[in-house]
Amino acid sequence: MLQPVIQVSELRKSYQDLEAVKGISFEVYEQEIFGLLGPNGAGKTTTLEILETLREKSSGDVRLLGLQVERDAAAIKQLIGVQLQAAGYYPSLNLTELIELFSGLYNAAVDPGDLLRKVGLEDKSKAKFKELSGGQKQRFSIATTLINRPRIIFLDEPTTGLDPQARRNLWDLIRQVRDAGTTVVITTHYMDEAEQLCDRVAVMESGRIIALDSPDALIDQLVATGFERSKEVKKANLEDVFLHLTGHTWQEE
Amino acid sequence: MTENSRHYSQLKGMLAISRASFRSILRSPSAVVFTLLFPLIFVLVFGFIDGGQLTLDVALDPDSELEHPVFDSLSRVPGLHLIPGKNKAALLQDIQKGNIDAILKIEAVQQVSDTYYRLELTTHPAAREKGIIIRSMLEQFADKLNLKAASIQRPLVQLEAREARVREYKTIDFILPGQLGFSLLSSGVFGTAFVFFNLRQTLVIKRFFATPIRKPFIILGEAISRLTFSLLGSVFLITIGHLAFGFTLVNGLTTFLSMLGLAALGLIVFMGFGFVVSGIAKNESTIPPLANVITLPQFLLSGTFFDIENFPAWLKPFCKILPLTYLNEAMRLVAFEGAGWSELALPVGVVCLWGCVVYGLAVKFFRWE
Repeated sequence: MLQPVIQVSELRKSYQDLEAVKGISFEVYEQEIFGLLGPNGAGKTTTLEILETLREKSSGDVRLLGLQVERDAAAIKQLIGVQLQAAGYYPSLNLTELIELFSGLYNAAVDPGDLLRKVGLEDKSKAKFKELSGGQKQRFSIATTLINRPRIIFLDEPTTGLDPQARRNLWDLIRQVRDAGTTVVITTHYMDEAEQLCDRVAVMESGRIIALDSPDALIDQLVATGFERSKEVKKANLEDVFLHLTGHTWQEE
Repeated sequence: MTENSRHYSQLKGMLAISRASFRSILRSPSAVVFTLLFPLIFVLVFGFIDGGQLTLDVALDPDSELEHPVFDSLSRVPGLHLIPGKNKAALLQDIQKGNIDAILKIEAVQQVSDTYYRLELTTHPAAREKGIIIRSMLEQFADKLNLKAASIQRPLVQLEAREARVREYKTIDFILPGQLGFSLLSSGVFGTAFVFFNLRQTLVIKRFFATPIRKPFIILGEAISRLTFSLLGSVFLITIGHLAFGFTLVNGLTTFLSMLGLAALGLIVFMGFGFVVSGIAKNESTIPPLANVITLPQFLLSGTFFDIENFPAWLKPFCKILPLTYLNEAMRLVAFEGAGWSELALPVGVVCLWGCVVYGLAVKFFRWE
């Protein structure tokens, strides 16, 4: 289990006069769900795009599955799956045709029906991407990351803007993907999501990693300093009430 | 890790893009309207206007006698459309309004043992030219019958009239190449500009970058689908023009294929303009004006509808630098004159030169992100 599939050391990225990533180092292990947390502008997306070979780093060393991001970009692209924040899909094609397109782009033979079933979109095979609900769009995006049977997938804020049920459906899907043997790297700015979903998280702020551990360990460390919440927490919160009242299955989206 | 070096075929990825893009084009109303429908409508309109031969409407005076062989042969004269008239006053009104071109009264005159026929033609000064044509047609008709009646085998004077061109140059022979050229221009410029702008804006291209396909193959994939679509459109247009309106293909299939070759060249050059527009457009609504700046002047000034020779002298030099002018010229030379590649050197050379200039600009202005 403790086999690093991503090794980042002293990674820096600067734009003209802004240093977006200021020398970060971390490792991601095989089959874990690794979270990059932090406020908007902390450098999460930049870091992710460097790992995805979509952006050049300024300095530092980044290896995926032992391959260097810049030198072996072509080989890496075949081994990873990428979901972009707010990505669009080819206009006027239906989901089946889009999967056929990606299957050609990855040189990977897949059965569109099987793949859509895996993400609960089997009824939508003839629908256009823009006709899907927010949660369905994200599930479809994740489906396109699985086409080449990747070792690692990257998800950039996949649950932003979704309602509570859709978020929970997506968490289930992400866990399934991980259980099938794929390492997942995810960015989010929802702490409850990170706590529920991630095995380990790196907290970023202004281009630096300021904490890196499992959510439990981070909470214990804080509690050990004598921290106490100002208000005692009840056994349920309003989101639990909402989910209890409305149920949470993805067929009802 | 040896599995990392899995073989990847760029060609396969490229064809996947071509197929997706082709499906998308077929479902986009504007592509179908501009590439197929508009040129087809113009070809149909001009094809029917041409209608082959001039017909002249000649109304018969109600007092005419029609039961005789002379009338029978008259009614077989090509180009003369004889209409039975009912009312003299109404006929006079019709000729004044231009509804008919002439009134003809045929009388059979009895003379001792013989019968001769008197044709009385009324024309109107408003349609003087048509009147002259009808008159000369009737004179020819009368001469022919008179010679026959006099049993003259060898007339003293014989006229043989010939037109300088052996083949008939029809309106369609001028219009179709122009429409074809314009269809390629609008598909190349508008289609390419919109597609690449939108793919960039909606991050479709960025998602492609996350797959192993390389950039040149993304462009090639798109270009192949547009080329396929436009060439199918060209095949459709030329076939309709040839079968329905007798568009001249001097050397048959060879001419047809040469025209498709020219069409491909033209489209590739025009797509270069599309790349430039997609690069310099700030947002989607600036694409149409930019694309129109390129296409409209060529639509009007490149010999699409009107022969450049009819334009005022000061305008001609401008017409003679536009790429569509040369593509149209090359198309017409190939279709009607059966020109070979050596005679096409100038027009094709100019089109290629434009290609170099435009792709030079495209390299400078085209943006991926």
